[in-house]
Amino acid sequence: MLRIGTGSGWWGDRISPAAQVAEKGDLDYLCFETMAEATVSTAQVRRRRDPDFGGYDTYLEDRFDAVLPHCIRRGTKIVTNQGWVNPLGAARAIRARLDAHGAHDWKVAAVIGAEVTDRIGRLAGPILETGASIDTIEGDIVSAEAYFGAEPIVAALAAGADVVVTGRVADPALFLAPMMHTFGWTRADTARLGQGAGIGHLLECGAQVTGGYFVDPGYKDVPEPWNLGFPVAEVEADGAAVLTKVAGTGGVIDRRTVLEQMFYEVHDPARYITPDVVVDFTGASIEPIGLDRVRVSGITGSPRTDTLKVSIGAQEGFIGEDMFFYAGPGALDKARLAERILRERFAVVDLKAADLRFDFLGVNAIHGAATPEPAAEPYEVGVRVAARCATRAEAAKIGREVDGMAVSGLGSTGKRVPYADRVREVIGIWSTLIDREAVAPDIVFVDSE
Amino acid sequence: MAHHTTVRALAHSRSGDKGDTSNIAVIAYNRPAYVLLHEQLTAARVADRLAGVVEGEVRRYAVDGLGVLNFVCEGALGGGVSRSLRLDNYGKTLASAVLPIEIALPADFDTELLRGPTPTFD
Repeated sequence: MLRIGTGSGWWGDRISPAAQVAEKGDLDYLCFETMAEATVSTAQVRRRRDPDFGGYDTYLEDRFDAVLPHCIRRGTKIVTNQGWVNPLGAARAIRARLDAHGAHDWKVAAVIGAEVTDRIGRLAGPILETGASIDTIEGDIVSAEAYFGAEPIVAALAAGADVVVTGRVADPALFLAPMMHTFGWTRADTARLGQGAGIGHLLECGAQVTGGYFVDPGYKDVPEPWNLGFPVAEVEADGAAVLTKVAGTGGVIDRRTVLEQMFYEVHDPARYITPDVVVDFTGASIEPIGLDRVRVSGITGSPRTDTLKVSIGAQEGFIGEDMFFYAGPGALDKARLAERILRERFAVVDLKAADLRFDFLGVNAIHGAATPEPAAEPYEVGVRVAARCATRAEAAKIGREVDGMAVSGLGSTGKRVPYADRVREVIGIWSTLIDREAVAPDIVFVDSE
Repeated sequence: MAHHTTVRALAHSRSGDKGDTSNIAVIAYNRPAYVLLHEQLTAARVADRLAGVVEGEVRRYAVDGLGVLNFVCEGALGGGVSRSLRLDNYGKTLASAVLPIEIALPADFDTELLRGPTPTFD
């Protein structure tokens, strides 16, 4: 039996539950997932203007310092996608942390080669979101990277790595790789790969399977929602697994949490495409066998496709955004008049926006047109205005005109002195498929000096 | 006199994002609830509930063995997570938008199976 734990479900995830699962989870492997769709393109843009940015997870050192004492004591190997756009740099940083913790004999490997930015014009098929050619992407392409599967990670483990750090890989592959390495599954074992990738999918978002992103008071309550434990899978040789968590942590693992995570970001549940296998969740068996212990089996798979997904990031201008407030009698009327004033002001300053949006917080800011008519006048309303523009200067007009609402606005306008940059760069994300053979991963070990 | 409840008493839900697409999984608490939802919670009703928010097609995948209806909503995130001007650009709250949809209850439906406060019948 193989014990795999989750150390993070995204870049901003909490670190103390990672230390907890490393210390008490009795883990063979600890896996970190830290990349979102826009992580690579955002990192590329930041790298251009911030020479101090390493190009990998900004919390890499914090995460390793928190878990390494426990991992070294137990001999828990680590698989992580914290390498972002610089897996080799991340491997060097990990090497330094290992040496600082006295683990000079631990081997670190970087998986590189996912990036295809220079070649994407030649390699790309149609854009999946639009069906059109890659030439129709209007902004400058800043990054393109393929989603690798588990195989390069397995190769690194087979070559003796104790820590494997990657850039872009499919999230379930981080967890599937230790299973393939331990149990000797090959590409032909599609049923086992499907089951294993399915378990990886359940683990990849951390607490989302232990009571996070779940609670609905009075309907779905969990114990101590401030103390959620990260998940642990006890994986059997055929990929079936018991999902559990460290005793004494908050949250819950039951049929409900497993099902919510099973369908998270899944479209056709019979064909969840990963680089290693096409997963079929429809025959899954979810069997509660004890407190916070659920056995998941019956997930299966069909052979992988001939293509790899590539995520393309393109510069698409800037978003300007700001907010101000009304409360008390007439708050909603004031919000409506404030919108009118700003629209007139945007005409005066000749705002050129590809998209302009007003939201009234407390009224319809989140579900927009799908919001029911309010039964009563809201006591307080936040006015949020946002626009997407071609240039930073144009987007800055949003905040500058909201500034005018301070002394030139309506009575009792709640207007703050700007405390943050009100303009952010937009990196649009597009997807395409490329021939699997067009990219070849490479593995580089970083030795202790 | 029709007996009604809402999806919230019969099922729980979670949404996830991919590009400009949101999927909303509606997970029945029990088999009788799934039977009702399978019959009444059609793709058209979800599309109608989310009109103005979801701009593309809504497809439904029913997984009978697990008691789950998965609604895949195209054009749901204001152009895509990164370029959307929406506050909830990931559509994380969309899962709760389907919970108020009304579901007709057969007269013989066991109300002990309903979650949350005791429903009031109109």
